[in-house]
Amino acid sequence: MDNKRKYVIPGDLVTTGPFRPEQNVILEGDKIISTTIGISEIYDDSVKVITLTGKYIPKIDDLVIGKVNSHTSLSWELDINSCYVGFLPAQDVFGRDFSAHADELSSKLKTGDLVAARIANFDRTRDPLVTISDRDLGKIDSGDLVKISPSKVPRLIGKRGSMIQMIEMATNAAVTIGQNGWVVVSCETSEGLLKAKKAIEMVNEKAHVVNLTDQIKEMLDKKDES
Amino acid sequence: MGGRDATMVLLDENGIRCDGRKVDEPRRIMIKAGGLKNADGSAYIEFGDNKILVGVFGPRDVHPKHMSNTDTGILRVRYHMEPFSVGERKNPAPSRREVEISKVIKEALEPAVMLEKFPRTAVDVFIEVLQADGGTRCAALSAASVALADAGIPMRDMVAACASGKVADTIVLDVNNEEDQAGQADMPIGYMPSLEKITLLQLDGVLTPEEYKKCVDVGVHGCKIVYDIQKKALKDKYFGKGDD
Repeated sequence: MDNKRKYVIPGDLVTTGPFRPEQNVILEGDKIISTTIGISEIYDDSVKVITLTGKYIPKIDDLVIGKVNSHTSLSWELDINSCYVGFLPAQDVFGRDFSAHADELSSKLKTGDLVAARIANFDRTRDPLVTISDRDLGKIDSGDLVKISPSKVPRLIGKRGSMIQMIEMATNAAVTIGQNGWVVVSCETSEGLLKAKKAIEMVNEKAHVVNLTDQIKEMLDKKDES
Repeated sequence: MGGRDATMVLLDENGIRCDGRKVDEPRRIMIKAGGLKNADGSAYIEFGDNKILVGVFGPRDVHPKHMSNTDTGILRVRYHMEPFSVGERKNPAPSRREVEISKVIKEALEPAVMLEKFPRTAVDVFIEVLQADGGTRCAALSAASVALADAGIPMRDMVAACASGKVADTIVLDVNNEEDQAGQADMPIGYMPSLEKITLLQLDGVLTPEEYKKCVDVGVHGCKIVYDIQKKALKDKYFGKGDD
């Protein structure tokens, strides 16, 4: 697979031939052209480009970290680091017997609170609908927020979660990664917290480096000795 | 700049132009992607003595709300010349010329950007001309497309731009300020090299049909030179030097 990977910028020819264009590529005649800066990957029947820049675009079922912006009497608005605001209806938190007179939304979530949420629904006509009624979702009480570029989230997770597992094991920290590039790190020891944050920021800065996993491992191990 | 020598030789008998270039030689071009921390994407271009800084924001919420389009994102471009960008102080208020250039740059970028992926949003492009020396719209357009790519806006192709013109009865590439003022024609061209499509073509002056065709060919050739420099700027930022 590695020999088929290529750095591309908008307008670059990725390949020609009968391939299915997937993310960030368009078909022009028989040419497949990249639409973004990234790394192209050619599979047996499809082509895609993994982007290195850009804002977060919500996708259904994505786990995101949101920050409560404001609320009306019926819903909260979450900043999800995107060009759209996340819409969290009150029924989702209070249940179906929610009543706008009896329940006060700010008793559950206040402006500025961090929330782990899932994109329940999103299409081009409406703002994304988010939900927190699921296991592991809801208000985040402790931890530090680290903001990274949303395009580097897959790199932070690594192949089958290898990168994040390594960071978690080495620092004993619990890391919640939102697909929108917001990451919450919590750890019982302050060294572990600092180290995990540093590792995450390192991934953000050096996402394109080939042997990043080794570099991160080295950084995590080195701090252990000192 | 300023006072111009009326007897200035635009093209000497050896085919050398007033600034020492050959007829098919562009000015020195340098593009740097990134550089503005607070913008989502940015670029800086030096095109001869032109110095232009471009910042891109978005996709983001549209304000005022009524400008938003439920089918697609919108592109907004502001071209602005600093008061100190020219010899005599320029009033910083948007002039008729700046409003027009903003519009033509917007329309030259629109075929390239794929904003239909971001309905109800806006992408804002701010172009600040720090120093002007003829051909700012081409330089600004080239820098704007680098900044858009840096911001991660999906694009069908980069838009490269370069001017060609007619000076002393000869078709030349990349007219400078002197040639623009004293020459016979000036043709800015915006071009998408991979798709082989022209997105901007203006002409100030009179050309015969043959000259017109030659002028377009020369300009497109210039755009390809600019395109290589744009690609290099982005690759330097994202993949490190000497990669790929």
